[in-house]
Amino acid sequence: MTATPVVEGRAIVQDYHIPGSMFSGAKVVRALKGIDFAVQKGKTLAIVGESGSGKSTLARVIALIDAPSGGELRIDGQPVDIRRQRPGPAMRSKVQMVFQNPYGSLNPRQKIGDVLMEPLVINTDVPASERRERAEAMLKKVGLQPEHFNRYPHMFSGGQRQRIAIARALMLNPSLLVLDEPVSALDLSVQAQVLNLLADLQDEFDLTYVFVSHDLSVVRYIADEVMVISKGEAVEQGSREELFADPKHPYTKSLFAATPVTDVEAIRARVARRKAARQAQPA
Amino acid sequence: MALLNIRNLTVKFATATGSFTAVDGIDVRVDRGEVLAIVGESGSGKSVSMLAVMGLLPDTATITADEMTYDGRDILKMSGSERRRLIGREITMIFQEPIASLNPSFTVGFQIEEVLRLNLGLSKRDAHAKALDLFRAVGIPEPEVKINAYPHQMSGGQCQRVMIAMAIASNPRLLIADEPTTALDVTIQKQILDLLMKLQEDYGMALILITHDMGVVAETADRVVVQYKGKKMEEADVLSLFEAPQHPYTRALLAALPEHATGDRLPTVSDFFQQEGV
Repeated sequence: MTATPVVEGRAIVQDYHIPGSMFSGAKVVRALKGIDFAVQKGKTLAIVGESGSGKSTLARVIALIDAPSGGELRIDGQPVDIRRQRPGPAMRSKVQMVFQNPYGSLNPRQKIGDVLMEPLVINTDVPASERRERAEAMLKKVGLQPEHFNRYPHMFSGGQRQRIAIARALMLNPSLLVLDEPVSALDLSVQAQVLNLLADLQDEFDLTYVFVSHDLSVVRYIADEVMVISKGEAVEQGSREELFADPKHPYTKSLFAATPVTDVEAIRARVARRKAARQAQPA
Repeated sequence: MALLNIRNLTVKFATATGSFTAVDGIDVRVDRGEVLAIVGESGSGKSVSMLAVMGLLPDTATITADEMTYDGRDILKMSGSERRRLIGREITMIFQEPIASLNPSFTVGFQIEEVLRLNLGLSKRDAHAKALDLFRAVGIPEPEVKINAYPHQMSGGQCQRVMIAMAIASNPRLLIADEPTTALDVTIQKQILDLLMKLQEDYGMALILITHDMGVVAETADRVVVQYKGKKMEEADVLSLFEAPQHPYTRALLAALPEHATGDRLPTVSDFFQQEGV
């Protein structure tokens, strides 16, 4: 592949400094220990890991929210260092983020229309009339109605709120969307709708996704490339086919082993085992 | 024989805009030593029906049922003290957020010993010894150290183990677990489910597992009840449910599992209801 990746990280390191208190000295926690990755245009990189693995820390670095302590981040081949230079509107427009909790990521006192228009107000000089047009068009695009424009977040269900959060992220026509556990808080059937929506939007706008998740079945459905991260280190990286067919690292294997199996044959085997155990031990 | 038998349970909540029916004519039966999974999405009333059994609903709830019996005894007609002897001893419950279920101001040891002293009438010394035994039974590492820990010093999985230790302290015959692994990582989820299944077999307890996760159902249940909007959609043994789901909603839930995706799109519940004209 010769094309420039939409986003590329080299040896990304993130340290958190925990200040000392009356009882203990200051400590440094290395949350990311040198992570390399690259995502091509229109592809999805899934970052998989458990709580505390550093997957959200990495998502915040990629979304230009936190500056990494070390390493280099490139967006469209351009090195970006938000500590040295604040990213301008053009850079902000390229990278947008969707968070896990759709209840927490929307301001309860802000109408949906204002939620969607705010990125345009801050980052562009699109006139007011056009802002409204664009917001209404975006509502339709994510499966909501233009009449939702004047409603407040509490009037929507969790799935609808996540659609609003996605719509807000897309208002600036980003090329890269960082999604931090976007479907974890949703019911199964709503999760399916939101995953379908993300797939449609990716096709339509040629979007690149960095998709953070702990759920391997979701990752298998949506990802092209997968990075498994544990204790701040990328323990395994590869295409979805490779990784799911033949996981190599023990940590990846343990994740697979722990994921519940809904396969009928597996259930049949379990039911049979249980029956046998019961007969062996009379009640 | 049925250990817990509920027929035609209805739970209504009085709200500012009138009465809201959260559970609408549900039957639940669980036999001795059986694992029953109640599956549903948020708002399906799956937790509310079990909270009604436990008597944990607020005063705004009106509970009616044709029958609600435990081991042949009518729960609805019990006096407060009779019910308290039953709940917390013979029927116990664990919840979704283990860290929130524990009091942050006391050590986990104090909290479990309190349960043992009040419910089993143990002396302080006996309660301490029994607490250590229970910690070992639920697989808490270094029980002598952890018994003096505060909840915030333990991980979510360990706190759930403490909750399970409390719940099995009185050798209950029925344990109700309300989304016991939802807040936990997948590897920890596996450990907790394995622990619950092992205890269930060792103690011969019946287990009611409330969950929204079809994977958890597949790994644990003998029998499954599927609920949607307060109504029972389907009831079947676990194998029949996954092999040949009868109700369109069950089929939709199974099809919405990403691992069952066949094409590019995941079918959604509304797709299914539309197709089948429900």
